[in-house]
Amino acid sequence: MPDLGTYATEVLSAYAVSFVLLVAIVGLSWRRARRVKRELEQRDG
Amino acid sequence: MSLWEYANPRKFMAWTAPVLPWAFGLAAVSLTVGLVWGFFFTPDDFRQGSTVKIIYLHVPAALMAINAWFMMLVASVIWLVRRHHVSALAARAAAPVGITMTLMALFTGAVWGSPMWGTWWAWDPRLTSFLILFLFYLGYVALWEAIEDPDTAADLTSVLCIVGSIFAVLSRYAVNFWNQGLHQGASLSLDAEENVADVFWFPLLVCIAGFVALFVALVLLRTRTEIRLRRIRALDARSARA
Amino acid sequence: MIALLRRDLQLAVRAGGGFGLGLAFFLIVIVLVPFGVGPEQTVLARIAPGILWVAALLSALLSLDRIFALDAEDGSLALLATAPIPLEGVAVVKAAAHWLTSGLPLVLAAPVLGAMLSLPPPAYATLVLSLLVGTPALSMIGTFGAALTVGLRRGGLLLSLLVLPLYVPTLIFGAEAVRRAADGLPATAPLILTAAISAGTFALMPFAAAAGLRVNLR
Repeated sequence: MPDLGTYATEVLSAYAVSFVLLVAIVGLSWRRARRVKRELEQRDG
Repeated sequence: MSLWEYANPRKFMAWTAPVLPWAFGLAAVSLTVGLVWGFFFTPDDFRQGSTVKIIYLHVPAALMAINAWFMMLVASVIWLVRRHHVSALAARAAAPVGITMTLMALFTGAVWGSPMWGTWWAWDPRLTSFLILFLFYLGYVALWEAIEDPDTAADLTSVLCIVGSIFAVLSRYAVNFWNQGLHQGASLSLDAEENVADVFWFPLLVCIAGFVALFVALVLLRTRTEIRLRRIRALDARSARA
Repeated sequence: MIALLRRDLQLAVRAGGGFGLGLAFFLIVIVLVPFGVGPEQTVLARIAPGILWVAALLSALLSLDRIFALDAEDGSLALLATAPIPLEGVAVVKAAAHWLTSGLPLVLAAPVLGAMLSLPPPAYATLVLSLLVGTPALSMIGTFGAALTVGLRRGGLLLSLLVLPLYVPTLIFGAEAVRRAADGLPATAPLILTAAISAGTFALMPFAAAAGLRVNLR
């Protein structure tokens, strides 16, 4: 862990929120993709 | 074989299936490398201290926020001219990714601005135009959600996207004008790419590559979902008629 | 086209809402502001240009969803689509009618309301002028928004979300002109830019609005 000095809160919160946002968009896209794929397979099958 | 054949939904599904894991893999690798490099192995800036590390998230996110809109504009024009369904669906798929990037750029910017400028938010031209861009994204997504018929929705959102692009550019310059009138010489914006030293520049480059790859991967994934949804709707319509 | 304009104006007058409501809304917003920020004249004078412009924008927004909604309900929009005038022309006429019923009254009432907000005297001419050249753009952009949402059942809120970001440049230049005049600076440049936005929207937006109408009439 590098020494972040006085601005540790800012830097860490920026990283944390960005990760949350990235994980959220990837996760949501992924979940929806899987759900829709399953539904289509049922319909076609 | 022309380029347009890749826009055929079946072809699109076929060629994106193998590309998708590679795109996600590339995004994961370069984001990990870039962010770890940036976070752990770069020195602090002598003026900004450790907040300089936020650059690795802020600049790529801002870049992708604008490029996502640009990609939607191109896709909208292609839809209106050539009527490729995949194109309209790709524009729709890109919008939420663009929103995420815009939010990320705004948040990381605010967090950086708080110790550096002494304020979370300043009505600086850049910040303001990003907020306006965010509103455009919201309107675009809301219009997609509001219209039931997919082709009508695709047409109307494409028109909105084109008109919105013109006004977004117009706003960008209008905002410049307005702010100079208020407090001249607002030199708050740090034009990152021009005065950034090599130590920061290389990890930043890797991060930008990672964000581009992630954007491509997400748009492909979401477009595939939209194509499948469209197919489900078509099947529904057929069974309703039978 | 003249006949259509006359018909729209008559409908607006008979319905009673057209002239009165937008203007009353404008008045109410202006009256509410001193309650919100306090009655000090210096404060009011400082924010008057912005408040007047934002209020004008909101009251223009108020009547937008009626531009096409009534015509779409009783089917006359479909008739207009088959009429000899192109839909682009219809869009221009609709925007003009909207401006005459909602924009023009504001322009005329603005000096009085400016006085209530203790706007500095040198700014009055610029205020009227900026609204005169700026509000047509609001009507035309609004017509485009109305054309996009005409097929929707509850388009009103969505319409505001779509149209308000498009109003940003007009608002910036219009309010800037008044602010400069209030500070005793020359206001020609922002006035010309406001007028340019109006001219530009009237030249290009009808095509976008007509495209939206065609899709919705399909």
